[in-house]
Amino acid sequence: MPAKGATRLFVQALAVLLAMVYLIPVYMTIVTSLKSPEEISHLAAWSLPASADWSSYSTAFRKFAPYLKNSFVLATAATLLSASMGAINGYVMSKYPFPGSRVVMPLIVFGMFIPYQSILVPLFQFLQKARLYGGLPGLIVVHVVYGLPITTLLFRSFYAEIPDELLGAARIDGAGFAGIFRYLVLPLSGPPFLVVGIWQFTQIWNEFLFAVTLARPDAQPITVALANLAGGQAVSWNLPMAGSVLAALPTVAIYVLLGRYFVRGLLAGALKG
Amino acid sequence: MHSRRDELLAILVILPSIVLLAIFVYAFIGQSIKASVTDWGQQAALSLNPEIHRVGIQNYKDLFTGFLGMRFRQDLTSMIFFTALFVVVALAVGLGLATLIDHLVWGEAVFRTIFLFPMSLSFVVTGTIWRWLLQPRGGINQLPAVIGLPAGQFLWLSSREQRLAFDWAALPHYACWMLAITLAVLAWANLRRVRPKTARMQAVGAAALAVLAMSGIARRLAILDFPEIHGFNVAIWGVVIAAVWQQSGYTMALYLAGLRTIPDELREAARVDGASRFQIYRFVELPMLTPITVSAVVILGHIALKIFDLIFAMAGPDHAPTSVPAITMFLKTFRGNEFAVGSAIGVVLLVLVSLLIIPYVATSFREGGDQ
Repeated sequence: MPAKGATRLFVQALAVLLAMVYLIPVYMTIVTSLKSPEEISHLAAWSLPASADWSSYSTAFRKFAPYLKNSFVLATAATLLSASMGAINGYVMSKYPFPGSRVVMPLIVFGMFIPYQSILVPLFQFLQKARLYGGLPGLIVVHVVYGLPITTLLFRSFYAEIPDELLGAARIDGAGFAGIFRYLVLPLSGPPFLVVGIWQFTQIWNEFLFAVTLARPDAQPITVALANLAGGQAVSWNLPMAGSVLAALPTVAIYVLLGRYFVRGLLAGALKG
Repeated sequence: MHSRRDELLAILVILPSIVLLAIFVYAFIGQSIKASVTDWGQQAALSLNPEIHRVGIQNYKDLFTGFLGMRFRQDLTSMIFFTALFVVVALAVGLGLATLIDHLVWGEAVFRTIFLFPMSLSFVVTGTIWRWLLQPRGGINQLPAVIGLPAGQFLWLSSREQRLAFDWAALPHYACWMLAITLAVLAWANLRRVRPKTARMQAVGAAALAVLAMSGIARRLAILDFPEIHGFNVAIWGVVIAAVWQQSGYTMALYLAGLRTIPDELREAARVDGASRFQIYRFVELPMLTPITVSAVVILGHIALKIFDLIFAMAGPDHAPTSVPAITMFLKTFRGNEFAVGSAIGVVLLVLVSLLIIPYVATSFREGGDQ
């Protein structure tokens, strides 16, 4: 509830101050990315550039274009696949519970919390044996499979809100398992697909552990390319900062434009939220 | 009410997902455990038909008490300090931000967006940016100089300083003391709740453990043949700050959602009873947020235990002061080809995360009933 009286001013001022603190890294990133390499120094890190030099962005883009493309292909394909499978799973879990489904569900959900270090060695071996190691198809498979728990969970809670009476009515009209999904559930699935899609795309775009261990250099996503660039010693800081902006742009754009759906995915991921 | 055919169809379409997860999660965990009790590594790792021997729990023994496991033990220590600091600070900041936003008169959407936007970044981007911000001679340290104050000197990520040092060899001794203190506190609590019987038993247990600890017997149970000092690497603070910057918006969103679901009648009733604004916050709103705190501790805690990308991007995998088990697992497995040791570290991480996650998942699904 909003504050009253003199505290109102204090609350507003504090919020402005804290917002500025939260935006410090943004300021620093943009300022540094617009400086020329000669202009970058530790002592003058906070000063504005003499004139905006956009060349870091074109250099970073040239360097990063193939990796950005990898990330786009990876995130788009894996998001579409894991969301579609999650929708079907969620439909079954919420509307056609089978014997043992109440035990299966927590077992599925546990899969989204495990530290992937505990499956990384067998996964690595498996991909090599399946001739999927190193390329984008392998990474897509990995992200689809490990995306199933969250997508199933999200769709299950969305579909649980569709009243069973509605399904019963459709059944009386002669619709079966597939017909109800196709003509009743799917048309209501716009928002859940948006929430799940945004969540998965952001997660996969931002993922690093699988990317750094399971992709050969030519199939690496942007996170790995950025970490490699920034981890190198000789690079001056304008390039990693411009690179960070490029790597962050798609997910930040999604967040700014579709923040409401992003937050819903975020809260649903906390199980009870 | 469903036809048999539909029930069968339902199982049929979900089966592929179940099989995939059974393999990729559970079978792979099983394989990791199996690999962790072998000597699979070095040359054997790269040959097509490696000769692998079973060595029992030797890898785990080496990690926790062996001479070469020293880095892992410091990693584990760092991870625990990082987790504790990150969870506590992120919760406090998140609660503070949510409370602040709840009291705003205007601009709520703007401020919420600003505080939450770092959540949409990857840990790699966050790490890269903060790596630059935490340069010892620039960035944050240079900030006071902008307004004419002396620049900061703190070595954010590169400090070698260690605080709260303890001897790993004496862990049983510390554990003994900690158990004694816990029992004593429990006994005191039970005494106050007039449960003298339980209290007496706990007090006796506490006393016995305290005697054991003081007598030096627990100290003799050293798990190493040599003293080995570990502690809180202050370089971890840099990682904590970056992680809090990125994740505090998440706790804010959780708390804010919680505050918004508290029915206004409750606040109204408290007001009628003469409660002040602060009292309403303290005695009505905060207690209602407890379940959210539990969720947030579990979610943030498991993120912290697994932390890898952020540290990789901020300090690189080879920087010992900020290393954690997940980093060492990566180095051992993918640089050193020590698959057995890497698997063992992975299993240790899984056990730690499971301690947090299994009760959480189990209770969420039990409470939810069929939902």
